[in-house]
Amino acid sequence: MKAWKKAASAIGVAAVMTSLFTGCGAGGGSKKAADAKEIVVGAHFELTGNVANYGKSTMSGVQMAIDEANAKGGVLGKKIKMVTGDNKSEPSEAGNTATKLITKDKAVVLIGPATSGCVAASIPIATGNKVPLMAPVATAPNITLQKDGKVQPFVFRACFIDPFQGKIMATFASKTLKVKNIAVFFDSSSDYSKGLAEVFGKTVEGAGGKIVAKEAFLAKDVDFKAALTKLKASNPDALYVPAYYEEVSKIIKQAREVGMNCPILGSDGWDSPKLAEIAGKAALNNTYFCSAYSAQDKDPKIQNFIKAYKAKFNAEPDNFSIHGYDAALVVLEAIKRAGSTDGVKIAEEIAKMKDFPVATGKFTVDPQHNPVSGGIIIELKDGVQTFKEKINL
Amino acid sequence: MNNLKKQDLKILCVCGVIFAIFQVLLYFEFIDPYWEANIILILINIILSVSLNLINGYTGQFSIGHAGFMAVGAYVGAIMTVKLELPFVVSLLAGTVSAGFLGFLIGIPTLRLNGDYLAIATLGLGEIIRICILNIEYVGGASGFMGIPRITNFPWAFWIAIFIIFFIKNFKNSSAGRACLAIRENEIAAETMGIDTTKYKILAFTIGAGFAGTAGCLFSHYYYIAHPASFTFMRSFDILTMVVLGGLGSMSGAITGAIVLTGISAVLADYPEWRMVIYSVTLIVLMLNRPQGIFGSKELSRKMFKFGKLGGKIHGGTAES
Repeated sequence: MKAWKKAASAIGVAAVMTSLFTGCGAGGGSKKAADAKEIVVGAHFELTGNVANYGKSTMSGVQMAIDEANAKGGVLGKKIKMVTGDNKSEPSEAGNTATKLITKDKAVVLIGPATSGCVAASIPIATGNKVPLMAPVATAPNITLQKDGKVQPFVFRACFIDPFQGKIMATFASKTLKVKNIAVFFDSSSDYSKGLAEVFGKTVEGAGGKIVAKEAFLAKDVDFKAALTKLKASNPDALYVPAYYEEVSKIIKQAREVGMNCPILGSDGWDSPKLAEIAGKAALNNTYFCSAYSAQDKDPKIQNFIKAYKAKFNAEPDNFSIHGYDAALVVLEAIKRAGSTDGVKIAEEIAKMKDFPVATGKFTVDPQHNPVSGGIIIELKDGVQTFKEKINL
Repeated sequence: MNNLKKQDLKILCVCGVIFAIFQVLLYFEFIDPYWEANIILILINIILSVSLNLINGYTGQFSIGHAGFMAVGAYVGAIMTVKLELPFVVSLLAGTVSAGFLGFLIGIPTLRLNGDYLAIATLGLGEIIRICILNIEYVGGASGFMGIPRITNFPWAFWIAIFIIFFIKNFKNSSAGRACLAIRENEIAAETMGIDTTKYKILAFTIGAGFAGTAGCLFSHYYYIAHPASFTFMRSFDILTMVVLGGLGSMSGAITGAIVLTGISAVLADYPEWRMVIYSVTLIVLMLNRPQGIFGSKELSRKMFKFGKLGGKIHGGTAES
């Protein structure tokens, strides 16, 4: 009896092992149910976690574009349905969320995520399912490119990329402010910050300026005085801090405290009302940052957008929301032009997009799937963002 | 002894059946890709919580740096597959061994500490590992290690999880495991009895860290990317929560905790605004009603279900699904 039992379990184990080795190949192809009444657009953003601020702002813009399109009767005679997905600001979770939106909710196109790391994690899933992914505000240069340098066929973005921002700021520093000796203080834990610092340095040196000192900090640091004192010792005409508002606000405050009164230059990561709250209004005088959009831009398209956004969400739109809006406009136009919800066709149409009017100007996609546009310099006066000038490269 | 082995074989058979059921469901796409992703995440979390349970539950050393070891496994595995183009098995072994070795190195100085002090030390070490990775350009620095192929699939994750569960179960029943339990109950008494407490503490820590590395390797080979943001102390806490929720010192508890918490998070994905709120409320309610965790320090066993032969089956069910 015992022996029989043993033999039975041995056979069981053997069967299990066979199934282990034969079963590995089972793969799931995605089936797309063409819904007759709605076109599903996946809005995949950082709704909770570290950078929920960015995700939420961007999503409001997307929502607005989709609501407007629906008010006009939708696209291809169908209503657009926006399905939201939250990736908790974490790349691996972004992979899961992208899978959910594409396979479960049957999104024909994804808009988002906001941050580059989350976009990078979503790309293999979007590409594998042949669903276009439009990243509204992800700025890392390599997300639209494959390993071998070829362009990712299904990945697009709606904002300018980091090197471009660095170039704009450097041009502003040398042409408008006419400063020569610049110190750089960057976040070595962020790719965004490192990339900007590098391009900025190169452009400044190309225009005859000089980077006199370079110091690094880490995200979530709170005390920067030691590094700032060091930077001050190099006696710079200006300080460049390409980073996010959380640290920047403290850096500006402490820089003024250690007696650095030179202009402080920055990047679009500064763009937040929190900046003035933490740094204090006085400290923010004589600081500039680069952005793709300013509420004071007199362009009627931008003013219309702001009016509509305020009416809808009862809040000031920021750089993120307008890019979310633009991204959604481009995606919806591409669906219209493609005449179908087929991912491959939509991607082709986005790639062909040229001079399509969006809120920030005209949208043209370059061969690397980046938009071609200019940038804006914003000056902070008493904590208020004021439009300084528009720079075209 | 013979009896024990037979029990193991039976449980293994049940695992096989469960595996076959899931495999069929996946094959015919009764389980959509989103749930497939979550099942694999559950299996990875089971490995993490079971290995942390070995350190925290069995040996009684309060460690909260598990995400750090996971990161080591994830990155070492990725380097092996992507940069050196070695087979996945080698990556898994390398990830496990390197994380285990690091656990060993870190264990020697830190395991002299007790309770809160050890918790803080391991928390710090987990962050140090993450910050180091953040600054190594070779593995992508802050933008993460991209371009990892997806090799982890359900069979890999399932059988590795089963192997680790059995390994730790057998370890617990071995003389070394008994020594660890003795250390948990009373370190001074254990030492008086002639147990080399440092040795066994380091042994448990090394094994736990190593398996966290295995989980990390599976993790990075599933999500195409190893990113420092995935290995913050929040993940360490997540794992710890799974262990505590299930019941510190209970294998069935660790497994249940991993299934329940990962499941809740996945089910609530449709309500992003409410996800964390509901998740937290669930935790609070569970902890208020069962402060010792779902299982306490007991194991799911036939004794729990005295009536009928249902017990064995459910044991397998909770252990694996």
